[in-house]
Amino acid sequence: MKLLVKGGRVIDPVNGLDDILDVLVEEGRIARIESNIPAQGAEEVDARGKIVCPGFIDIHVHLREPGFEYKEDITTGSRAAVVGGFTTICCMPNTDPVIDNAAVAGFVRERARKTDLLQVLPIGSITKKQAGEELSEMAELAAAGCVAVSDDGRPVMKTDIMRNGMDYARMFALPVLSHCEDWNLSGNGQMHEGFYSTLYGLKGIPAAAEEVMVARDIILAGLTGSRLHICHLSTRGALELVRRAKAEGIAVTCEVTPHHLTLTDEIVGDYDTDTKVNPPLRSAEDVAALQEALAEGVIDCIATDHAPHHRESKDCEYNLAASGISGLETAVAVVMDRLVHPGILPLEKMIHLFTAGPAEVLGLENGTLSPGSIADITILDPEEVRQVEPERFYSRGRNTPFKGMELKGWPWMTIVKGQIKACAGRIL
Amino acid sequence: MKFEQRKDLLGLKDLSREEIELILNTAVPMKDIIKRDIKKVPTLRGKALVTVFYENSTRTRTSFEIAGKYLSADTVNLAVSTSSVQKGESLRDTIKTIEMMGFDLMVIRHSMSGTPHYVARNTTMRVINAGDGANEHPTQALLDLYSIREVKGTLEGLTVVILGDILHSRVARSNIYGLSKFGCEVRVVGPSTLMPPGVENLGVKSFFSLDAALEGADVVNVLRIQRERQQAGLFPSLDEYSNLYMLRPEHLLRAKDDVLVLHPGPMNRGVEISSELADSSRAVINEQVSNGVAVRMALLFLMMGGAKDEITR
Repeated sequence: MKLLVKGGRVIDPVNGLDDILDVLVEEGRIARIESNIPAQGAEEVDARGKIVCPGFIDIHVHLREPGFEYKEDITTGSRAAVVGGFTTICCMPNTDPVIDNAAVAGFVRERARKTDLLQVLPIGSITKKQAGEELSEMAELAAAGCVAVSDDGRPVMKTDIMRNGMDYARMFALPVLSHCEDWNLSGNGQMHEGFYSTLYGLKGIPAAAEEVMVARDIILAGLTGSRLHICHLSTRGALELVRRAKAEGIAVTCEVTPHHLTLTDEIVGDYDTDTKVNPPLRSAEDVAALQEALAEGVIDCIATDHAPHHRESKDCEYNLAASGISGLETAVAVVMDRLVHPGILPLEKMIHLFTAGPAEVLGLENGTLSPGSIADITILDPEEVRQVEPERFYSRGRNTPFKGMELKGWPWMTIVKGQIKACAGRIL
Repeated sequence: MKFEQRKDLLGLKDLSREEIELILNTAVPMKDIIKRDIKKVPTLRGKALVTVFYENSTRTRTSFEIAGKYLSADTVNLAVSTSSVQKGESLRDTIKTIEMMGFDLMVIRHSMSGTPHYVARNTTMRVINAGDGANEHPTQALLDLYSIREVKGTLEGLTVVILGDILHSRVARSNIYGLSKFGCEVRVVGPSTLMPPGVENLGVKSFFSLDAALEGADVVNVLRIQRERQQAGLFPSLDEYSNLYMLRPEHLLRAKDDVLVLHPGPMNRGVEISSELADSSRAVINEQVSNGVAVRMALLFLMMGGAKDEITR
């Protein structure tokens, strides 16, 4: 089984590659990348005018299974992921039951294996049932294939428990992915606290609710020497804390989401619950700071925080609506349209943030097109213009504030282990 | 935009000065009707309105009801606590059910900001916001504007002080939006913990000192302070609040001689306003209630399309 991707612009940031080249795939691995490779019986993919990249990785996805299959399941989420251009996703443990033991982690992996669309790597919880009280059995979680631990969706409020969790995770080289939110400060907040929360009369969530926890966790990372990763970083102040920590040599990384990079709190104005997300859409100043930091390199990767919800959880009063955005199927197009095409983010850097960047955060082997590596390939069509139509999503979650927007630059083909899984917005 | 082209009244934020003037001017003959011996006019005969209050209210709900009745509309009050909302019905389903009974207009109050906007998007009925969370209370602000204009003759160029819990107050916000459109200088005063972030970007001046805020004021609008705010840790005690912010006659020495005192009610006498002042000639608190009926009659008339000659006749 051979596949030849011909004539595309191949960009592989790790290998410093950016040229019109052919990519030959054999036995599910990258065999050669050269110009004018003869087909010799290989299935050919005409990639002229397209951008051929290492397979995209999303380290922050909520697949909702087990427990919340009415929002999403591993099959629908995996379909959404490959159509969205991803070849590896990591799923968060806030399921029911929580991924806090080998049985649930094993179940997720088995379901993903049967779905056979892309690599799905589970993330275990830091604490049992994500209750923030007792540590999960991390040796068991690591052995069951969990690539990190996180209580995402809930902060570990008790500082001593977080300290112990980080310290303990270090033994298994598990990065700790932290959802930074001080519940005492965020309270019943509905949107970012600032001028617009005043204008719209909604209770605010101050940037400080995120920043005090980022500061706390960075200090704990320094104390314990463990690998800390900040999930969905969204404020200028949090960015500054990470920047300083990195300069001091603390092992901290961070991700930002496409929505925090491109949308501001102003759009909450018509009380469309699709704009409700945690952390909330921040101020224009925060968004500008995140965009600047992308090019600068403080931000390690882009992750979707794909949070599909059922219609009833969003079709209601703003205060009662669930937080979250269904992001897998729009992430690449949003970043291409809003950041790459306007010249805010260089294309090569964008590819890094979706490939080698997240791979480095979790110590994954994926994220390059080096000969011999697994043939996970994402091919982009930078010129395609299409409207975001949630009703056509593969995800069960149609909750997106990008609905109706016309975006330029979409994933065109997704190849996982040498097999074409999605093309032109369809699962194959 | 012309007011007649609007489906809903959700707030004063989006209304133009001309639209607000239309409502206030329409309320003038309405107030005359209230004073008549026979108050009922047939203008809205055959029209139906429903009030749906998810929060307690006496004056606003009653005021809408009687306003509708004076205009001969059929008015129904949905008692939310005893309705199927308690059985877990979604708001969307509740709204649809009410709509299918044939109501022309819904008046809604809800503790959650933006809920009237959600309702308005999901129904063919016209919607009037009777207060949503900390967002807006447009009819209260309209009656406040009416009450000020009635005494002062104009709103133009007045200095209006809004005193109290600005953070949680929809009355404050709607007043700010409305007054600003008439070139008023709006000042807000209250404890720092009850001052919303970025409030000055709304075009107001904010103060912590009551004395400083009252300097040269034409109007003081006193807001109700809720005990829950103290329990939530926003200020130490009602005593300290009163010491700092209870409006007393001596405070008014700093204001203009003809300063007017408003309060949207219900009052906590001896907490945010002294009893002496509440009952003084400076206060138009009782008149505000009558004006509330007139303003709501004007709105119902404008929104449900009554025949004009029957009002002015």
